[in-house]
Formats: sequence, structure tokens, C-alpha cells
Amino acid sequence: MTENNKPDDAISSNPSDQEQIPLMQRVLDNPFLLLVLGIAVPAVFYLIWGIIEITQIPIAD
Amino acid sequence: MSSLVDYRTCPTTGLRVDRSAEKLIKANAVAAVVFLAIGGLFGLLVALTRWPAVHFLPADMFYLALTAHGLDVLLVWIIFFEMAVLYFASAILLNSRLAAPKVAWTGFGLMLVGALITNVAVLQGQSSVMFTSYVPMMAEPPFYLGLILFAVGALLGCGVFFGTLVIAKRDKTYDGSIPLVTFGALTAAIIAVFTIASGAIILIPTLLWSLGLVSHIDPLIYKTVWWAMGHSSQQINVSAHVAVWYAIAAMVFGAKPLSEKVSRTAFLMYILFLQLASAHHMLVEPGFSSEWKIFNTSYAMYLAVLGSMIHGMTVPGSIEAAQRARGLTKGLFEWLRKAPWGNPAFAGMFMSLVFFGFIGGISGVVMGTEQINLIMHNTLYVPGHFHGTVVAGTTLAFMAITYILVPLIFRRELVMRKLATWQPYVFGIGVAGISVFMMGAGTLGVARRHWDMTFADALLPFDYPAAAYLMMGLNGIFAVMAALGGLMYVVIVVGSVFFGKKLAEDEKPSYPEVPPASAAVSHYGSSETLRIPGTAFLVGIFFTAFVLYYFVNWKYLSEIWPLS
Repeated sequence: MTENNKPDDAISSNPSDQEQIPLMQRVLDNPFLLLVLGIAVPAVFYLIWGIIEITQIPIAD
Repeated sequence: MSSLVDYRTCPTTGLRVDRSAEKLIKANAVAAVVFLAIGGLFGLLVALTRWPAVHFLPADMFYLALTAHGLDVLLVWIIFFEMAVLYFASAILLNSRLAAPKVAWTGFGLMLVGALITNVAVLQGQSSVMFTSYVPMMAEPPFYLGLILFAVGALLGCGVFFGTLVIAKRDKTYDGSIPLVTFGALTAAIIAVFTIASGAIILIPTLLWSLGLVSHIDPLIYKTVWWAMGHSSQQINVSAHVAVWYAIAAMVFGAKPLSEKVSRTAFLMYILFLQLASAHHMLVEPGFSSEWKIFNTSYAMYLAVLGSMIHGMTVPGSIEAAQRARGLTKGLFEWLRKAPWGNPAFAGMFMSLVFFGFIGGISGVVMGTEQINLIMHNTLYVPGHFHGTVVAGTTLAFMAITYILVPLIFRRELVMRKLATWQPYVFGIGVAGISVFMMGAGTLGVARRHWDMTFADALLPFDYPAAAYLMMGLNGIFAVMAALGGLMYVVIVVGSVFFGKKLAEDEKPSYPEVPPASAAVSHYGSSETLRIPGTAFLVGIFFTAFVLYYFVNWKYLSEIWPLS
């Protein structure tokens, strides 16, 4: 176990240690944040944006 | 709670194995192999029909077989095996109990019932709508119902995976961050949730439409949302098989990733951007703006491709680093020459990596480019591409890890070891041939999903170049080879599970060799070296092939689409 790879529970109890964990590692260690990101990004850029474009297609006379 | 859980200790890896997780892994793996056998048989029938000299099935049976093949191998085999991977990567690798085994069994039951319902619906002949089931083609209601049940079951399995992560963290069954293989499985599970949600959004109204309760489903909306499921389901595969590459590198060589940070960032690229590649199916649809098409299939997708290229370097790089640490330092490639090429786990994994990158990866980028996509859109190039990713990439990787998991999880010695040594080569080369020759035929314009490439009964005759017929003949020959490789796999796995020598509780399997250093698979940690000259050379070859093929397609486009 390396210095910057301590268990999160142990780290969160000590504010000074918490500052040592890079933001990126905290993101990667949070599965539910990743889950939200993994759903939101394709939902916005592929699905919602795509469906908005479809709804704007003029209807044939 | 954990005191009520029945554990055993693996004599090979030292990992604590929750027996309920072990049973679920077995059940999902067995179901996966059964559906691989069924789907593979249908695939052989499809290939024999596309072989102009054989043209095996009549038209109606061809579309039935094509539908069953797509469903059983693209969805059912893969997702069942991925459930096994999720339970292995969570409960086993994290030394944890499995969260809610009853929910996991419910999920397994729903997946099994759903797969059977959909298969029966297809075999009854009134649901030959192919894997995509584009509206307004309508299948029988059980076709959609089975798919929905299957998806709900898979969603429950993903929930159990996330629950197990929570339990393992709470119980402190591991130090620091989760292992990289588990992180790869997490990536697959996240993409699976988006995939299944998209499937529910579109398949539930389609079921109601087939029951007559909804009057109309817009075809373009259907196609857009369906591909959020259909293409993303293949991105689950990519994430899972990359996790399997890292697992095999660790379990065969004791290899640690070159850099945990870099590999995890590459998986993050998958989580954020891989699913956007679904848009390449819409590149010729006039209803979408170029901004939507190009953002989704180029700018964003290239970030996911960057992730794959990182894995493509770090997996062989980690193996090279481990081999060099053992003293195999002569020249650029002693580490690779002296790799265990007779070990089917390694051979299958390494071929999966090479074929996925060179065939599936490069062709995927080409197809994702709006302009050059026009050369091969909806031709046989498309199934050529995804046979490179899903079959040569995912299926071969899953087959490879089976050779390690059967002795460790099923506690049986492998049977027919000589056959097992040959199996990855027969299957891998067969599938690589299928991919290359279908892409070749597609480049010459041969349409996908067509029963008769000669258009014998068409009012207006059309002749493809003779080379296209050669390509389809070669495709048929290599499909027979791949089917033989698949049959070898099924025979070895079924033979080992039912007739292999039973291993005692503390007995280590004798084959394939899993060294003590394999414990690296369940720990966080990097090798932290960049002394990988052999891998750097291989990466150089890859980039050269990539650039040449990419620009050859632009040159080809300029020739078939002259502008003055």
C-alpha cells in the first residue's frame, strides 16, 4: 500500500490527509459519481440532443 | 453478517471466495457457453448462405438464422459472461461477500427466461426482424418481452455488483483503491446501466405497439434510442474484455499495470465518451445536423479511441515489464518470443488484443468519420468491423480467461489440453479472416443483411466485381474455421466442467500455470517503468498501419466521388 493509496475511510477521518488525495483519484474512487457521469454524458450529447434534432424536422405537407 | 457467509480460500491465489458468488459465476458462465453454442451454430448457417457457391438456406430461414445469431451472440452470450465477470471482479477480487445473492439469482432467472422467450419467438418464424428490429418491421410481442426481461435481469446483476462494491469498502476488505480489473468491470457496469435504461425506453413502447396498445413508433426516434442500447451493449464488451486482458496479464505473468493512473484515466474516457459512438449508425440519416454527427462520432469518440490506444499499449507493456523483470531482456522481443504461447489463456488474450486493435479498432475509427463512412455505410464492412471488435476482441478474450477460471472456480482440471492449446489459434485466425474478408467485400459495395448478393431474382441485374465473390468465398471458409474453433472451445469447457478431474479443497490445478505472483490481479499498484522498447516498436507499427489505412480510405473516397 503506497502513501497516496490509503483506504478512503482512514483518510476521510483526517482532514490533512484528505488534502493529499488528488481530486482525480477521489473522482475515480467514487463509483456512484462515475455512474452519474457515465449516464449523463451520453444522455445529453447523444440522446437528448439527437431527439431534439429529430423533433425539429419539418413535417411533410 | 459476514460470519454467516460461506467462504473457501483459493489455494492458488489465496483469495477468499464467497461460495454464493462462485455458484452465480458458474451459472452465468454455463448459460453463456450454451447460448454461444446456439448462436455460433446460427452464425455458421448465415456464413454458409452468404458463401455464393453454397448459398445454404432459403431466404426466410436466412433472416431467421441472422436474427437468432445476432441475439444469441451479440447480447445473450456476452451479457451472461459479463455477469460472471462482474461477480468475479467484485466479490472474488475484493475478498468480499456478494451483496444480495437472492437478487442476483432473480436477475439470472429473468435473463434466462427472457433469452428463452426471445429465442422461441424467433424460432417460431414470425419475428425475423434481425437484431436491430427496426420499426415498422414488427415482431411478435414475446420477442420484445423476452428482451425486456433479459435487460431487467442484467440490471439486477449490475445492482448486485454496485452493492458488493459498497459492502467491500464498508468492510475494508481491500486497501486503497479497487484493483484495476475491478475498475474495468465497474466501467462495464456503468455502461451497462445506460445501455439497459436506453433499451427499456425504446423496447417497452415497442412491446405495447406490437400488442396494438400504441398506434405508432417513429422510426428515426426508434433507431436513435435503440442504438443507445445496441451499440452501447458492445461498449460493455470492450470495457469487460479490456479488464479481462489486464486480469490475464496479472494471472499469467504477475504483471502490474505500467501506471494505475493512466489506465484508470483511459477507462474514464470509456465511461464518458465510448457510448457516443452509437451515432455512427446515423451518419447517413438526413434528420441530424453535421454538428451532432461529428461531435458524437469524431471529437468525442476519438477520446474513447484514445482510451483504447492507451490500453493497447499498457497491457502488452505491463507484460513486457514483468518479463524483463524476470531477466528476459535480450533484444526487443525476447519477452514476447518466450511468452507462454502454448497457454491458451495467454495466446487467446494476446490475439484478442492484436485483432481488436488492428482490425476492429482501426476500422471503427474509419467508420466513425462522416465522410469516409459513406464508402461502406450499411455494407458488409459493418459486420466485418464488429466481428473484429466483438468476436476477435471480446469473445476471444472471454474464451481465454475461461481456461483460467474453469480450474479455479469450477474446481476441475482442464481436459483435452492439446486441443486447448490449438483452440485460440483456430478460432482467432478464423474470426480475423471473417472480419477482413467481410470488410473487403463491404468496401466493394456488398450490402449487409442480404440473402443473395447476386440479386438473381431482381428486375434490374447488378454485378459486383469478381473480387467480391472471392471475398465472400473466403469469408465462408474462415467462418467454417471459426465455427470449428468455437466447437473446440465448447467441447473443452463442457468436457472439463462435467468430466474433468475434481480438485480437492486445497489442491492447485496443474494447468494452465497460475503463479503465486497472480495475486497482483487483486491489488492496486503499478510497475512504474517505461522500459518497454518492444511494446513501443509494436505501437509504432500500429500507428503506421492506422495512418496508412485511414488515408487510403480518403484516397478511395476521392476516386469514387469525383469533384471538379
